[in-house]
Amino acid sequence: MKLLKYILPAILVLTTMSCSVGNNDIAPINEVQDLIKVQEISNDNHTIEVYTKSGTLVQGYNNITIRIKDKSTQAFIENAVFTWKPIMHMASMSHSCPKSDLVKVADMQNVYNGFIVFQMAENEMEKWDLTFNYTINGIAYQANDYIGVPASAKKTVTAVTGIDGVKYILALIEPQNPKVKINDIIVGLYKMENMMSFPVVENFKINLDPRMPSMGNHSSPNNQDMVYNATTKMYDGKLSLTMTGYWKLNLMLRNQNNEILKGESVTDLNEASTLFLELEF
Amino acid sequence: MIRKFQIGLIISSLFTTIISAQEKIVDTAKIVQLKEVIIVNRENLNNKNQVKPVASIDEYLEKSNKITMIKRGNYAWEPAINNMVSERISVTIDGMQIFGACTDKMDPITSYVDVSNLSEVHVKSGQQGAENGSTIGGGIDLKLQKSSFNKEVLNVGFDTGYETNGNAKIASAELNFSNNKYFLNADAIYRKSDNYKAGGNKEILYSQYEKYNISAVAGAKISKNGAIIGAIIFDRATNVGYPALTMDVSSAKALITSVSYQYKSKNSQISEWETKFYMNTITHVMDDTKRPDVPIHMDMPGWSDTYGFYSKMKVKKNQHSMLFNVNAYYNKALAEMTMYPSDPNENEMFMLTWPDVRTFYSGIYGEDDFRLNQNSNLKMTARIGIQDESIDDDFGLNSLQIFYPNLDKNQQRFLVNVSSQYQHQIAKFQFSGSVGYGERAPSVAEAYGFYLFNSFDNYDYIGNPHLNNEKSLEFNAAVNYSSKKFKTGVEASYFNISDYIIGTINPDFDRMTIGADGVKVYTALDNATIFTANLTTEYSISDAINLDGMLGYSSGKDQDKGNLPLISPLKYKLMFNYKRNLFNAEFEMSGAEKQHHYSSDYGEDQTKAYTIFNASASYVFYKGANKFLVKSGVENIFDRYYSTFADWKNIPRMGRNIFINISFVIR
Repeated sequence: MKLLKYILPAILVLTTMSCSVGNNDIAPINEVQDLIKVQEISNDNHTIEVYTKSGTLVQGYNNITIRIKDKSTQAFIENAVFTWKPIMHMASMSHSCPKSDLVKVADMQNVYNGFIVFQMAENEMEKWDLTFNYTINGIAYQANDYIGVPASAKKTVTAVTGIDGVKYILALIEPQNPKVKINDIIVGLYKMENMMSFPVVENFKINLDPRMPSMGNHSSPNNQDMVYNATTKMYDGKLSLTMTGYWKLNLMLRNQNNEILKGESVTDLNEASTLFLELEF
Repeated sequence: MIRKFQIGLIISSLFTTIISAQEKIVDTAKIVQLKEVIIVNRENLNNKNQVKPVASIDEYLEKSNKITMIKRGNYAWEPAINNMVSERISVTIDGMQIFGACTDKMDPITSYVDVSNLSEVHVKSGQQGAENGSTIGGGIDLKLQKSSFNKEVLNVGFDTGYETNGNAKIASAELNFSNNKYFLNADAIYRKSDNYKAGGNKEILYSQYEKYNISAVAGAKISKNGAIIGAIIFDRATNVGYPALTMDVSSAKALITSVSYQYKSKNSQISEWETKFYMNTITHVMDDTKRPDVPIHMDMPGWSDTYGFYSKMKVKKNQHSMLFNVNAYYNKALAEMTMYPSDPNENEMFMLTWPDVRTFYSGIYGEDDFRLNQNSNLKMTARIGIQDESIDDDFGLNSLQIFYPNLDKNQQRFLVNVSSQYQHQIAKFQFSGSVGYGERAPSVAEAYGFYLFNSFDNYDYIGNPHLNNEKSLEFNAAVNYSSKKFKTGVEASYFNISDYIIGTINPDFDRMTIGADGVKVYTALDNATIFTANLTTEYSISDAINLDGMLGYSSGKDQDKGNLPLISPLKYKLMFNYKRNLFNAEFEMSGAEKQHHYSSDYGEDQTKAYTIFNASASYVFYKGANKFLVKSGVENIFDRYYSTFADWKNIPRMGRNIFINISFVIR
């Protein structure tokens, strides 16, 4: 008991001290600490650092964070206004892909965030490049470089033509880390207006039927079809995964009139839909 | 087939009439408990034992009238009392709780001990069996062999056995030592069998097994009335085939340990007080690498660890004999499944089939055997318990939440078991009637199982954590007549079970196992009834000749009068025993009628009638204090090809088998 008398105040003092130390010293928060740098794209004035979680870009959906550094002052710039344009340079033509705006992340000092859906991978002859157009304090700049977009191991993006003759692109956005549980599934749906424009398709519906071909096409219960979320401009649903392994997500794309534009239901006779995405974990 | 059965019936009834004609007056028998004790002890080894001395524990249990054994192969049979299996009965080893680690019930508790460990098995029907844990159907307590401090003993025993069918070899050795301060019982047994052959020389593939078991029980007297006793059993089976299932077992391993303090006194009101702490751990590894054509290879290991204690006190006061048992245990059950896709580049498929379920049970049991007068007594028992269940693994919780999105990690159950039994003796007749109420919690597989394939009905089973406790109201009645030469008895039990747990098809769910017909989810039937009745008779024609007969009837119905699965058809047994000095011979006929009431809904088909005949003879030699016993015989003499209602997927039973057992006891 007596001992407590001395120890307690000592502990109190120590804790208050450590607290105050923390308060006085505002450590700079590393805004990219969970991310890995993919590459830098620079011009004469600035260096743009490109980050993703994995440190690479890949065919399919990519959540991309960047920050921009003034080459002369080595300071990060907080007030740049960006547009970006990924272009695939093919032998006979070039085209872009679906993407979001690249905007400053709220509550952060230096980082900007957006996503790009590369619907195809690079190859020996055909490469992607990425162009940043930005203004800082009213002055416009541009930076551009080639980027590496290797093929993804599984089909996480698919480009199909619906019975309406429109070319659609579907990309798996979530789950990035699938687990044995009911996962939130998010899919991006875009249509190819022209080679350079891929707007979001709104208010369609995507039927979901996950299967395991290695388990005799086992399917899981309590999945939910994906419906349009006007806030995120993506499609949300529920994906049950009963075990680890390779899953084929059979899909059917329906328009606002509930007509099937692409895909078929899986039955005993029909093993898979022609519209599908894949995941493996 | 029918004819054979009829002959059996006629012989049985003839026999019954013969004996009833020959009643004679003898001294009144004492009021006995309605429990069955199967003697396994080698020390009492004599040729009156109906079973082969080194028969498996399963064969011993199968001799019991109350027990039927469910077979999935030639090893690790699953005992059932009153046609109720593992979940509905309480099986303990010397009062210790222990739970199998296999999701497919390939390892009933009885497979982790061997006859070399045991002295006797107590079998109690219905609520009479609630002493060690909550039960519906009854209780089996496997009593370990323990010497006493009363006498000076030092002996060494050896047993060997050989059976032609399956080329089975058995060897065991034991050492027993005791004096007034210490005792030690140590033993080891080894068994190995190849595939057995059903009638007609038909080899049953994947029916082999190999196992060994070593155990030691030691005691030290530390005061006039007190002793400390420690016990350890290590049991390991390898290369066990299960012909009725799609998988075998590469290893089933158990370590069972306990230490107890025992107080015994002849003079005080507390005649016995035992407090025991125990721990056991089981590792069970299923394996299908020896099966040539499986759609997908898989590993299915399971683990079950149990830690517990009990404190049991026997009190005698005037006309009351009381027993109190406070017990608690903590069990951890985890099982997983990894499947290997044929494409080696694909990731392994992994799931938790038992999601690391932690069960903490604590309860108290009390029993009062009140002697009302010279001829009658009233026995009342009660057990209450609290059971706490939690899913410890988030992977497992997430998995189950696929089916039950609002599932909580924890839940609590409250369990009550009560019974009251009245016995009355009039001359040579003893009447007994009892009524009981019991509850049981769903088993780990019933509550938390995740895609457990059942080869019996070819469905995947999903547990249901929201199940209510299963409840049973039971009535028993028995009449026994006993004279010096003739004993007969009829015993009947009726169970009215509500919230009866059984799997029912859910068409919304897709099967996981390739080739399965669909998914069943454990649900509760509002109501089910089970009725069993036994007629037993024993008649001594002369000092040398003894006849035994048994006729058993069972019925099980669900709420819609549909049949429940695994309910025995009418069965019978007739035994003729000749004994002269040290020679003993026995002839046995046993069989069952065609299974009229089978349950096709639960994957059963009709089992045909059968009758088989066994014969054996034994002789005991004494040389000084040393004993030497030879027993030899033929089982299924006519090499009948048959299977019983209790044979999983109708795997046929063993054809003709000639065995020889030789035992020595050297003092």
